[in-house]
Amino acid sequence: MRKYIINTIFFIFLVAIIVSCQNQETIDLQNYMSNGKDIYKTKCQNCHGENGEGLGQLAPPLTDSVFLKANKSRLACFIKNGVNETLIIHDKEYKEKMPAFPELADIDVAQVMVFVTNSFGNKQGFVPYSQVSKDLQNCK
Amino acid sequence: MKNISYITILISVGLLFASCKQERKLPFYGERHAETVKDANGKEKIDTVYQTIPAWSFLNQDSVVTTNKATDGKIYVADFFFTSCTTICPTMHRNLMTVYNDFKTNPDIMFVSHTIDFKYDKPHVLKKYAQKLGVDGPKWQFLYGTKDSVYTLAEKNYLVAVGEDSTAKDGYIHQGYLVLIDKDRRIRGAYDGTKEEQVAQLKKDIPVLLAEYKK
Repeated sequence: MRKYIINTIFFIFLVAIIVSCQNQETIDLQNYMSNGKDIYKTKCQNCHGENGEGLGQLAPPLTDSVFLKANKSRLACFIKNGVNETLIIHDKEYKEKMPAFPELADIDVAQVMVFVTNSFGNKQGFVPYSQVSKDLQNCK
Repeated sequence: MKNISYITILISVGLLFASCKQERKLPFYGERHAETVKDANGKEKIDTVYQTIPAWSFLNQDSVVTTNKATDGKIYVADFFFTSCTTICPTMHRNLMTVYNDFKTNPDIMFVSHTIDFKYDKPHVLKKYAQKLGVDGPKWQFLYGTKDSVYTLAEKNYLVAVGEDSTAKDGYIHQGYLVLIDKDRRIRGAYDGTKEEQVAQLKKDIPVLLAEYKK
């Protein structure tokens, strides 16, 4: 009987730990999303639009989930250093230069990246700040 | 019988309200002065003269010399921007695009965008920009001119502040007004092109201004 109770308590503990872990990630995601949205509004929205729809052939939309996924490790570099190459998004070529945003700290880049990849119909989950920092060190 | 009198009252009240409603008229912007003019019968009277946009001549996106004659008999919306601008211009032109699309088929309306980047925005750059924005044809002119001519026109005539600023991110600063000009080249409205509700107001005001000329 005693063994049974101890086992039960232990099991409940284990579940609680797992649940609270998930909660932490959910909280982080929410944090990143709300801060990322503010950064998006001031730095990105002018060109990419309120709903990530882009602007003609001048600025690409941010709704191509396939592109975002394929370039996941480069997104941070795009945001911080700008883009000076032709990108193909939704089967269309975009050749305009994207400006760099050197004033953004790694954490800002991470937040706005998480916001973009989880808005406008994208749902690619959480990326921690540490991963973004690593990505930024490997920029070409 | 009683019914008829009710209806009569209802109609007369309705008429009363209808006659109270005054037609909306757009204001005049800029300086004004009184001038004595002679009317058709040779009688002298005093009239108000409003500020007007002077004659201008620039190169458009097709490298064709374009003058104020292009806007003769039309009302038009003017703004100042530059193609490499990453701050307010994309928003301004995103919003202006919706106005352009709304009035695309109306021959009485034109759009005129002046670049303030006299170093980089040569006509072929403007052409590429227009195409990428999704504008084709002469209804929306993108104009290139010398620094002096454009900046003077902006500040003295359209009342829009523009300038070079090496501390600004893209090298230039300017206000994002969309200025509404009537067929007599008077300023009849100025709307912040970065604010959706003001652009919506512009869309409402254009038909009001057009109606003035319908009489």
